[in-house]
Amino acid sequence: MADTAKAKGGGSAKSTGGRRRSRKDTTQGAPSGTTSAVADEKPDALLDYYRRMLLVRRFEERTGQAYTQARIGGYCHLNLGEEATVVGLMESLQERDYLYTNYRDHGYAIHKGMSPRRVMAELYGRTDGVAKGWGGSMHMYDTETRMLGGYGIVGGQMPMATGAALAVSYRGGDEIVMCQLGDGTTNIGAWHESLNLASLWNLPIVYAIVNNFTGMGTAVDKSSAEPDLYKRGSAFRIEGVRVDGRDVLAVRDAATELVEKARSEQRPYILECTSYRLKGHSVVDPAKYRTEEQTAEARSNDPVAAFEDQLEKAGVLTEDKKKEIADSVKDEVADAADFAENSPSPDVSTLFDYTYATPVANESRRMPADPVFAE
Amino acid sequence: MSVITYRQALRDTLRDEMARDENVMLLGEEIGLFEGSYKITEGMLKEFGERRVRDTPISEEGFVGAAVGAAMLGLRPVVEVMTINFSMIAIDQIINHAAKVYGMFGGQTSVPMVIRTPGGGGQQLGATHSQNIELFYAFVPGLKVIAPSSPADAAAMLRAAVRDDDPVLLLENLGLYNSKGEVPDGDESVAEIGRAAVTREGSDITLIGYSRMASASLQVAEQLAEQDISVEVVDLRSLRPLDRQTVVDSVRKTGCAVMAEDDWLTYGIGAEIAASIQEGAFDYLDAPVRRVAMAEVPLPYAKPLETAALPSAESITTAVKETLSAVGKRVG
Ligand SMILES: Cc1ncc(C[n+]2csc(CCOP(=O)(O)OP(=O)(O)O)c2C)c(N)n1
Repeated sequence: MADTAKAKGGGSAKSTGGRRRSRKDTTQGAPSGTTSAVADEKPDALLDYYRRMLLVRRFEERTGQAYTQARIGGYCHLNLGEEATVVGLMESLQERDYLYTNYRDHGYAIHKGMSPRRVMAELYGRTDGVAKGWGGSMHMYDTETRMLGGYGIVGGQMPMATGAALAVSYRGGDEIVMCQLGDGTTNIGAWHESLNLASLWNLPIVYAIVNNFTGMGTAVDKSSAEPDLYKRGSAFRIEGVRVDGRDVLAVRDAATELVEKARSEQRPYILECTSYRLKGHSVVDPAKYRTEEQTAEARSNDPVAAFEDQLEKAGVLTEDKKKEIADSVKDEVADAADFAENSPSPDVSTLFDYTYATPVANESRRMPADPVFAE
Repeated sequence: MSVITYRQALRDTLRDEMARDENVMLLGEEIGLFEGSYKITEGMLKEFGERRVRDTPISEEGFVGAAVGAAMLGLRPVVEVMTINFSMIAIDQIINHAAKVYGMFGGQTSVPMVIRTPGGGGQQLGATHSQNIELFYAFVPGLKVIAPSSPADAAAMLRAAVRDDDPVLLLENLGLYNSKGEVPDGDESVAEIGRAAVTREGSDITLIGYSRMASASLQVAEQLAEQDISVEVVDLRSLRPLDRQTVVDSVRKTGCAVMAEDDWLTYGIGAEIAASIQEGAFDYLDAPVRRVAMAEVPLPYAKPLETAALPSAESITTAVKETLSAVGKRVG
């Protein structure tokens, strides 16, 4: 596995001697061997990854637009700049594998198998949304494709994902669980408790950290005493790997290796994908905490543009093909938005449909102005 | 008909449910080798093995959350949280996740799990270990919060909780574990969550309680019967969903009410009951609703202080008699 650093469990990780590294040091830009890696790949697969990354890009752009037009409410966190990580991670999973993510979840939802139409409809809060309009941006969920939810509470997904892996192990299944999280999340109690349980109980789970180097506006080295996040499992004897999250092939390879190890060894793993979000934390965040240089560096390392460039240079992506893909992605996103736009809002009469799965006596179905006791 | 303890009723039921359904598993601190801090899980590890009876590290958020995730994949975990005081470490997983995923994901996944946890004062454990904070959970739609007061109810309600598809918080009470009661042999009854019970019929006054206070209320009613006072006792049994109608029906019949609760007065369960009586039986009331609750202090360790702070049969009796004299009913 090229361009990855490993922290073996049991304390064999190389010490950084307490030195805090800057973002530049820790991100390994596009690996030098990438062109040859592209040459080793099937062109159709490469074009498919490209198309998927572009779909996330265009979907998120459209989402941002719809949000500023107030078609979408609530908070809205986009995957812009993290497309290679999203696609690489999702390529590593089998259909039967489960996924838990944080609130930056649209791209994962789509590439775990949900239709962009239904994801967009959820953003619009409509009945055809994946959660019938009950979840919104932060809470994409779909039983069928085994995307078991985006979660808005930082770290909230971690114990649940760990428990899902416990259920798999209890039944002797061969699915694995992937639990996506951000760099900022590695400091919350749920992270530590989950890793401890997963290691103690030998659970088949991969914790995939998307290290975009900021939790809202706080830099990773201002929040994590050990900013090399892939090493943070060493206290729990969990092996960690870091990969360049702007390189879709590298993410796919690293993730696939860990997913298959987690499956065959029934052990947890950590994968850290170094990444960068191109925009603010959410659509309304102008990201003033970032320097000009950081922003410029990010733009010049845009994973979608970089991959496009590579594929063009390798002769895989011709002008015609590029246009064809761009058009089809554009149509797909427009279709998703149209679908969402035309899907009805949920009827108010359904307000009490989802409080309990097992119906109960005396469940309150009172509307705000109703008396508690009918005359 | 056998007379068994509340503890035994819970233990027997839990074992039966484990034997009945392979998906039922136990999680919690010290539930296996140690056999449970309060011995509810005695013998379980030996009978069912480590796969199904899992000792957890001291990490309430981690293991309660793991139960939520396992339940989302169809297991039916029964989690023991050593005492309700420690559930606060797991409150994010309970309130933000267990209670919400069914609604938030449009009914696609439910969380069939049980959290069993004892609470209550009277054990000289000091302020952090003597709390009745069920209100925090009873406030939240999506959770079911039940509080059995007798061995028979403990069995029927635990059975219901394990078989229910929603997250159920089952409150046990340290003061009730050794209390005894009749449980019909071979009883397989499953309580209906959300139903209160009139545990004694009467005509002079309604006395409402739950858990330890429902049991104390029955005692009080029996004593007062000897003085020719007819007390109707309503055991709430379920704090969410709350059966207001049974309370209101009883008060419409008797004309006055006393609520006995083991939690703090301000914003407590009794406040909710008093408000419900006001809305549902105002015209029938002959006297204001009285509330007997814990003194509003962090519970002290020293025995005389602790005893004074907790509601008891005596304090309930006083409130009942004062209410009855206020309405001009003869009291012994
Ligand atoms: C428990 C909790 N605390 C704070 C927040 C507010 N919050 C939302 S996202 C976020 C930053 C998290 O950063 P990170 O884990 O790095 O994920 P990223 O946004 O980069 O994907 C914060 C502080 C929250 N949602 N939950």
